[in-house]
Amino acid sequence: MSPAPRAETHWRSRAVARVSPLAATVVSLFLLGLIRVLTGAQARWWGCPPKAEQRIYFANHQSHADLVMIWAALPKELRRSTRAVAAREYWTKSSLKRWITTAVFNVIYVSRERNASEDPLEPLIEALADGDSLILFPEGTRGHFDEPQAFKAGLYNLALKFPQVELIPAWIANVQRVMPKGEVVPVPVLCSVTFGAPMQVLPGEDCHAFLQRARSAVIGLRDI
Amino acid sequence: MYDTLKNLSPAQQVGAMFVLVFGLLLLASLSLFLLSMREHEDGQKQQIHQERIGNLSDLLRTSWALIFVFWVAWLTSDITRLVLFALGSFFALREFLTLSPTRQGDHRSLVLAFFVVLPFQYYLVGTEHFDLFTVFIPVYVFLALPVASALANDPVRFLERNAKLQWGIMVCIYGMSHVPALMLLDFPRYDKQNAFLVLFLVLVVQTCMVTQHLVARYRPRPPMAPNISQSFTWQSWGWGMAAGSLLGALLAGITPFMPGQAFGLSLIACVAGSLGHLVMKALKRDRGIPIWRGQGKSVTGAGGMLDRIDSLCFAAPVFFHSVRWYFGL
Repeated sequence: MSPAPRAETHWRSRAVARVSPLAATVVSLFLLGLIRVLTGAQARWWGCPPKAEQRIYFANHQSHADLVMIWAALPKELRRSTRAVAAREYWTKSSLKRWITTAVFNVIYVSRERNASEDPLEPLIEALADGDSLILFPEGTRGHFDEPQAFKAGLYNLALKFPQVELIPAWIANVQRVMPKGEVVPVPVLCSVTFGAPMQVLPGEDCHAFLQRARSAVIGLRDI
Repeated sequence: MYDTLKNLSPAQQVGAMFVLVFGLLLLASLSLFLLSMREHEDGQKQQIHQERIGNLSDLLRTSWALIFVFWVAWLTSDITRLVLFALGSFFALREFLTLSPTRQGDHRSLVLAFFVVLPFQYYLVGTEHFDLFTVFIPVYVFLALPVASALANDPVRFLERNAKLQWGIMVCIYGMSHVPALMLLDFPRYDKQNAFLVLFLVLVVQTCMVTQHLVARYRPRPPMAPNISQSFTWQSWGWGMAAGSLLGALLAGITPFMPGQAFGLSLIACVAGSLGHLVMKALKRDRGIPIWRGQGKSVTGAGGMLDRIDSLCFAAPVFFHSVRWYFGL
């Protein structure tokens, strides 16, 4: 490798590094405004107050906009320390998506494809150990029905590993109507995120029973 | 005093009017605040008292907000005014459609409604295309939107979905856009104080609604249609009409109307507004919600917007067209 191109990328990456935080702030403000105008982005703290405790929020997943929606519904102070978990395959497809999810939302990527050598929960455990809160969609993929699909075991394993972290169920209403699958232009419809009462893994509770309970806690928030 | 008011310039008259209205609102807020300080020994009475106060202050807040918006609209230019009302339409329609069971097949029609029909209707108002403005939605949009829905290839409850969308557009866009359209009416010997006409309409309709609400609350009678509204009685309705129309007659000096004409036109606006409010209540009952913001339901919003402006949405087109017809404008 000749030194000239290396200097150029160096200069470019430095410029990007300098502009990026500013651009991220601008984009996040723009997105917040857009979401408020389109959906109202109302947070309903029904089962718990918005507090700066370490928490895992887990919610139903109907649309890619869920991520943005729950992010916008959190108060500004919590948004900084709360990181959503997003599918690597989808959110790193283009460089714009990658930039938005890392610079603006500060998400944690997980791979859907199982790889024998690494634990998919590894990055989540790291973030929790750092003291961050998580937003998790335990269905793993978007559902097409009113009821969420069965939850995956990751939530249970994280809860066992970090018993002091509060588990908060959340129901995201209406987002799938804002932008149904395959559409490009979003439509204004009021959406809300309802946060339920904190829950914990009961002593001796097995994975299946807990996931069932967690899922019905999320569904229970639908009609509140 | 009437002569002094008559001799002021139009702008001064409108300014004086706002001072008066803001003063009245301030007075009402102050007395409500003092009332809220009163304490009852009986716990149950205290609760009723507090509920009443909360209800009244809600009503007062709406009035404050409405008057404030119209004050801003009066201060600023035509374009800001249009944008303001267009935003009102936007938020009202958003609320309306949240509670209508739209399906994925409606997505294109919804996009059209929000991002094409709405701006175009206000564009027509801004550019004074009277003829197209009155028929654009009832004729062209009425025919065009179902086509977009039909092309989406989803026949489930087709008529119901389309009817609801059409209804929302008629009330939230068509009705609302008639309020700024009042600015365009060209009265002889009434040099461009039409901003005042808008305020006139809002004050009259809001007075009618507030009176109706208060009478229903404090002089309860058996309601006319208990399944739809617990508060709509002929008595409260009559009082509302009377209060609105009388206020209209009193305000005649600053409109292009004679007192008798102002009385009649206010009466028409009040009838349309209050009955329109009743119709919207029926719609809400159909969806099973007490108020538009859907208290206690999972579908919510920053709203309650439609609740506050629905009477205006019904009153404005009727008022607009009766004025136009009567004065041959």
